[in-house]
Amino acid sequence: MTVWKPGLFAAALAMAAPLAATAQEVLTIGVRSEASSLDPHWTQLSADLQVQEHIFEKLVALDSASQPIPGLAVSWEPLDETTWEFKLREGVKWHDGEDFTADDVVFSFDRLRAGISGAPASPAFQLEKGRKMWEKIDDYTVHITTDGPYPTVAEDLAMLPIVAEHVASGVTASVDFNSGQAAIGTGPFLFEEYSPGSSISVVKNPNWWGGDVHWDQVVFRPITQDASRLAALRNGDVDLIDYPPTIDLPQLREDPDFTVSTIAADRLIYMQPGYKHVEPFITDKDGNVMVPNPLRDWRVRKALSLAINREAIRDRIMGGASLPAKNIVPPGFFGYVDGLEADPYDPEGAQALLAEAGYGDGFNITIHGPNDRYINDARILEAVAQMWSRVGIITEVDAMPRNIFFSRLIRGDELSMPGFDVPEFSMAMTGWGTVAGEATYTVSGTLETYNAATGGGNGNFGRYSNAEVDARSVLAKRTIDPEARLAILQEAITIGMEDYAYIPIHFQVNNWAMKAGLEHQPRTNERTLAMEVKRVE
Amino acid sequence: MTEFILKRVLQALLVLIVMTMLVFFGVNVVGNPVYIFASSECDQACLNKIIVDLGLDRPIWEQYLTFVGNMLQGDLGNSFTHGVPALHLIFERLPATLELAFAALVIALVVGLPLGMVAGLRPEAWYSKGIMGFSMIGFSLPVFWIGLIMILVFSVQLGWMPAIGRGDTAVVLGIESSFFTLDGLHHLLMPAFTLSLIMMAMVIRLTRAGMREVLFADYIKFARANGIRERRILSVHVMKNILIPIVTVLGMEFGGVIAFAVVVESIFSWPGVGKMLIDAIGVLDRPLIVAYLVFVVFMFVILNLAVDILYSVLDPRVRLDGRPS
Amino acid sequence: MSAVVAVGSGRDLWRRFLQVPSAVAALVVFAGFCVLGFGAPWIAPQNPYDLTQVDILDSLLPPGSQSFSGMTYWLGTDGQGRDMLSAMLYGIRISLVVGLLSGLLALAFGTLVGLIAAYRRGWVDTVLMRIVDLQLSFPTILVALILLVILGRGVDKIIFALVVVQWAYFARTVRGVALVEGARDYVEAARGLRLGGMRILLGHILPNCLPTMLVVATMQMAMAISLEATLSFLGLGLPPTRPSLGLLIANGFDYLQSGRYWISVLPGLALLAIIVSANLLGDRLRDVLNPRL
Repeated sequence: MTVWKPGLFAAALAMAAPLAATAQEVLTIGVRSEASSLDPHWTQLSADLQVQEHIFEKLVALDSASQPIPGLAVSWEPLDETTWEFKLREGVKWHDGEDFTADDVVFSFDRLRAGISGAPASPAFQLEKGRKMWEKIDDYTVHITTDGPYPTVAEDLAMLPIVAEHVASGVTASVDFNSGQAAIGTGPFLFEEYSPGSSISVVKNPNWWGGDVHWDQVVFRPITQDASRLAALRNGDVDLIDYPPTIDLPQLREDPDFTVSTIAADRLIYMQPGYKHVEPFITDKDGNVMVPNPLRDWRVRKALSLAINREAIRDRIMGGASLPAKNIVPPGFFGYVDGLEADPYDPEGAQALLAEAGYGDGFNITIHGPNDRYINDARILEAVAQMWSRVGIITEVDAMPRNIFFSRLIRGDELSMPGFDVPEFSMAMTGWGTVAGEATYTVSGTLETYNAATGGGNGNFGRYSNAEVDARSVLAKRTIDPEARLAILQEAITIGMEDYAYIPIHFQVNNWAMKAGLEHQPRTNERTLAMEVKRVE
Repeated sequence: MTEFILKRVLQALLVLIVMTMLVFFGVNVVGNPVYIFASSECDQACLNKIIVDLGLDRPIWEQYLTFVGNMLQGDLGNSFTHGVPALHLIFERLPATLELAFAALVIALVVGLPLGMVAGLRPEAWYSKGIMGFSMIGFSLPVFWIGLIMILVFSVQLGWMPAIGRGDTAVVLGIESSFFTLDGLHHLLMPAFTLSLIMMAMVIRLTRAGMREVLFADYIKFARANGIRERRILSVHVMKNILIPIVTVLGMEFGGVIAFAVVVESIFSWPGVGKMLIDAIGVLDRPLIVAYLVFVVFMFVILNLAVDILYSVLDPRVRLDGRPS
Repeated sequence: MSAVVAVGSGRDLWRRFLQVPSAVAALVVFAGFCVLGFGAPWIAPQNPYDLTQVDILDSLLPPGSQSFSGMTYWLGTDGQGRDMLSAMLYGIRISLVVGLLSGLLALAFGTLVGLIAAYRRGWVDTVLMRIVDLQLSFPTILVALILLVILGRGVDKIIFALVVVQWAYFARTVRGVALVEGARDYVEAARGLRLGGMRILLGHILPNCLPTMLVVATMQMAMAISLEATLSFLGLGLPPTRPSLGLLIANGFDYLQSGRYWISVLPGLALLAIIVSANLLGDRLRDVLNPRL
């Protein structure tokens, strides 16, 4: 059997559809990565979530700028320092006609905490942050309690899809969702068919609480090769594609047959310096490892930042689609600092700073990065190497597949014990996505001193350590009042970035290309949602 | 006889064991799949949980023993990414690959045979030289490059052909295939042609060589002398004799065609096992990679074993010293 | 009597080789590419690996453009601002090195195995040939793919993978020829003279395998270059900082649809020319040397 059995209700709808006798509105989307599962608790991969979000919803939804808005919950507020009350939306029906209630919420969280058997990366850890507990108060009220003051409960719940207790209890994770049996949500689309490797299709849910959606049917087709995906758009196989090759963007923008939608993404791409006393990949001109590691001098880090021509990277590599940065979250996000402008390109200034720091003759460095993770990652890496070589820091590039890169970046040696990790690279290009739309965990993850016990600095792979930043980061994590927290976060970011804790290059910019006549509201968080695509005249 | 077969079966088993070990240990030392699934917010505790979930915390030999134990019960493990039995995924996608390979075979024969015969009949004519030049290029050009150029020309520039994917399928006689719908054939044409080029070049060369040999054979001369019409000589007598080596070689090459489908499938997004393998490599879905490889090894070992045994039955001399002479 | 005489003297061979114009053309083209490739550091206008010479601001210039500093990019530039002519010359060098080196190593190893099998016979022969059969029963691309997944990227790794997929051809061919030669009178005579096994192998049997090996090696080299390009295209071959022709094509493919044909098409043509000329050479060598294949 090549094709999964269509879901019961989708089949019923398909049978009802011809009666309508109007032309079916079908949207075919060419996506770079195939969804690996329709179980919304299976992974946190963007490719999975974007398909699942057509079927399943969360208590808290995210608008296109990743800011929390009401989803299955209509409102939430802190009752005291450690308790949050969520009021649920009444009158919402599951796809099979049953009512949605607080029991489903409790069931979903219980399912996550119990662990999804075989799931490679369920979002369950969001429940562990602040050691959340949950309690049904009545059918449409749920209380969430935390072990201390915890400001970002709503942002965390925006990562946790709600499944139906009456369908999802006792099913086999992933398998029964992919077959359609358990793929019953509250969302704007109903599961129709999942044929692995070929397509996933969903059809309109006429009873969605959120109103009318434009498309009768939406088909996702995975097309891995960038150029093939664009070719499929050009010749009409698909209506819309994600990640159009950046190099073709200028042309697509001018072509009257196509439309491009663009938005700054939540993902910062940056160069992460290593802070160990001795770094193996930094040598002097004679090839001797340098002691001390020159990257520990902030003037060297600033020089490296000044030597990067971010506009050239944007225009020459990213097809105009990137946002040069010194901030760590994009504009519009909670925590964005207005005054932090990307460093100008200033090679003379860089050389002067290097000379002042005692490295006027330059040194040699090998920089590492992935070649299949971020948009044009290997090309950016090479461009940075070019630019640094120009100011006298002779730079070698070592780009590798992401599954190898990240294990070396994070742990150094994949056999090393957790908690004793020694990141290997002296300078690596990596990225950080502020998924929650607010900077608390970006500051804590990338700027705080590494501490396996508290989770602080879990993304601080250079082992940067600055007591002034640490104090503010820890404080922010416990401050519920938004205004006070914002001020603390902005201070922490300003201190860290003026010290060049790492060297930001740019925010990625998400692009979609589609046939002319379609209008798309682009999303900061990279997901492609059919609800946000319309036909226009 | 029984002893010979027993010996062969034991050998095949040994090969299987060695190959599964190589594959299992080889694949399991590469990279770390955890970081593909974890989001950037995932902290150490969350990473550890994923490691335990995937069973990566156990020593590798223990993982191998579990793997072998399950394999003996026909279970090659669950895919990391899909959570579905890996064998299930393989069998789900195999028909698309077989279909592609089969279509390529048909194209290679339908185009290659006539061209080869023409080139064999008039070896000095300009068009024969052209045909041989074409076969040389077909032999030499990397498959991926042809695929790319074809997409560029026929899909993007001319808009005649769909660029990617498999078309509609229909079920005839219990077989689901895109051979039975126009849309399906339309989608099949470019990838199948791309895949067929190497085989086509081979068919042209073999046919031509066969023609050169057979045309001067005594029985053909004899047939001509007897006044049998040229057309009949070609279509019956010559054909019969050149087909044998061609069919033998193509049969042997069919496995290679399935392997090369990896390249074609990833260019044309053809949902077959090859595409699945490349995707699995991309996300380091170890159980799926291992399952695919073990499956392929198993297939080839069984085929070889069958051929060996068949030979020994047909030709008793083979058994004398335990190997084909 | 030595086998070289059996197929004709060197000068005679040479004359017969030159009789076919296409073979001459192939020889000229192939030799030309070798000169270009191995002379790259002296011929190329730019060292594409020296990042201080490459400027991202010069990226994607069409053929014939001038750089800011007045240098002319005769074949245009790629996405990093590398001079395509230089990148191709260095790419040709890498492709040739990978092809030749892997061919030679496979030849050496395969010949050794083939000779041992043919000379020792018995169980050694059985075991070795079973391994060869096993190796040959798996499609080359699949084996290479797996090896590279395990080993990662790198020139040394791809050469290793190519040797692994090629040696069995040599081993089987050499064993076949050696078995035939081994049964001939002159070897019997040598045995009669109680010459050592080594001497018989190296002094008598090996020279007679040479013509066959030359033909197989030429063909295998073309195959290896093509396979390397394919693997690099799939993202498994060489590291992107030292691109071979295959990697240049793969990189250029991203630019093809926006009309920047030169980044992908030109290396593609160079690759085609190298492989076709190598195959033509192999073809002609086979006709001239007439080995028992």
